[in-house]
Amino acid sequence: MNPKREFTCINCPLSCTVTVSPGEAGLTVSGHECRRGEEYALQEYTDPRRVLTGTVAVDGAALPRLPVKTDGPIPKTLVREAAAALSRIKVRAPVRCGEIIVANFAGSGSNLVATRDLGPDLDL
Amino acid sequence: MINTQQNPELAVIGGGPAGLAAAAAAYDAGCKNILLLERDRELGGILNQCVHDGFGNFIFGASMTGPEYAHRFVREVRRRPGIKLLTGTMVLSLSPERRLTAANPEGLLTLQPEAVILAMGCRERSRFQVLLPGYRPAGVYTAGAVQRLINMEGVMPGERIVILGSGDIGLIMARRLTLEGARVLGVFEIAPRPGGLTRNVVQCLDDFSIPLYLSHTVTFLHGKKRLEGVNVAPVDEKGRPQSGAERFIPCDTLILSVGLIPENELTRQAGIPLDPATGGPVVDQDMATSVPGFFACGNVVHVHDLVDYVTLTAQRAGRGAARYLRNRKTGGEARVMAGEGIAYVVPQRLSLPADEAVDLYFRVQAEQREVRLQALHRGTVLAQKKERMVRPPEMLRLTLDPSRLSGLAGGDTIEVTLKGEAVHESKA
Repeated sequence: MNPKREFTCINCPLSCTVTVSPGEAGLTVSGHECRRGEEYALQEYTDPRRVLTGTVAVDGAALPRLPVKTDGPIPKTLVREAAAALSRIKVRAPVRCGEIIVANFAGSGSNLVATRDLGPDLDL
Repeated sequence: MINTQQNPELAVIGGGPAGLAAAAAAYDAGCKNILLLERDRELGGILNQCVHDGFGNFIFGASMTGPEYAHRFVREVRRRPGIKLLTGTMVLSLSPERRLTAANPEGLLTLQPEAVILAMGCRERSRFQVLLPGYRPAGVYTAGAVQRLINMEGVMPGERIVILGSGDIGLIMARRLTLEGARVLGVFEIAPRPGGLTRNVVQCLDDFSIPLYLSHTVTFLHGKKRLEGVNVAPVDEKGRPQSGAERFIPCDTLILSVGLIPENELTRQAGIPLDPATGGPVVDQDMATSVPGFFACGNVVHVHDLVDYVTLTAQRAGRGAARYLRNRKTGGEARVMAGEGIAYVVPQRLSLPADEAVDLYFRVQAEQREVRLQALHRGTVLAQKKERMVRPPEMLRLTLDPSRLSGLAGGDTIEVTLKGEAVHESKA
């Protein structure tokens, strides 16, 4: 069984320390002041996810780097591996904001998409 | 060479989120002859280098990255044919009579607009504005400079990193550097509490097990050419390093995230009074400064934690400037003051009559639980709300309904106050 864990809720300035403890009857959540804290801690305990943002190399553009993100939150355990995979990608300009760079990126189920227009000139 | 440019009705200085939203709003409010001046090669301002997400949660209900947020507003501005955009153009001087001089590769430009919106943003406090004894080696950067280097220029500043200050950009760069393969050895914060938002402490430091040392500072820089390491030490309650408790950390890069300062060189030149509490111009509810024809919005007025609020106040400035060009308010003005427990309030004055809802933005002086925030006029409550917890890094807002403002007369004062809320009252 997983051990009990503590999380700092990020939903409001209260920053509750919420504890999730596994037991015979399932997970027990304590320390939260509202429902959002409970939901946050349960999500963080069972399936923590993050949107990965970063940049990839781009050729033929006014800038050497193209900003990108995953179009949905990916499992937190995949974040480092996915970030390392960004350094192996190179695209060719022009690129449009929202364009898919890699589908099902790093097996995460989310696509890697461009987050800006980028062409040979800064006014694409 | 003297560059001849037709005088616009309205000039907007700065093409970041504030300038973009202000220009679009002024256009929609009837001003069809606008010139926006931006010194960088492209529009969007600092958002272009903020590739992380979390922008737009408040006004769009969706989390966007900085470039995506900027893109949305650049598109809005380009869609309006009466807004002329001049990038690569830096405003050099501004007189109280609204005489504006700018320079770009074509030459010098002099303009005499009828109204000006100041949207120059803010800049980072540098190593020379905090006391950092030691040598002056390479490898000392501000967090925003590192952000630009990594995200836009594709340059890594170093491998072993120490961060001084826990402002939001510093926290975000701790994560960014880690994901790019650098080792962030720790974030050192002189205050007993983090300077940035909780969200960033959790997702940028805790997620990557980067240590945060509160009540600590950097006391010495080592290295003659490149940074070789720093001394760090805990500080006492007055922020003084404790002697004998110093330790040396080998590192090649020190990143400073030690505060932002509204960029008001041009504002001062134009003779516009500044509020010492914010570092920005005194404004009214239309974001009009105290000098007729000058408006201001965004981080030039006070440093915001969320761009969403920059957009909202910039739209007010745009509408305010368009209205000013048509007719002017003549009903006197009321003062807005920061009362007990409040660090500052923006706007600092209300021009009368106040016939639209007014948003008061403010910060508290210290962290406190269970409080009641009120806007008071002669003992009457104009607006109030309860908060479970307030912290200086998180900006607060109270909205005054226009029906409560009809009784205001010139010379009146509105005061924003914070009171501890008794959680449980009982008689002894």
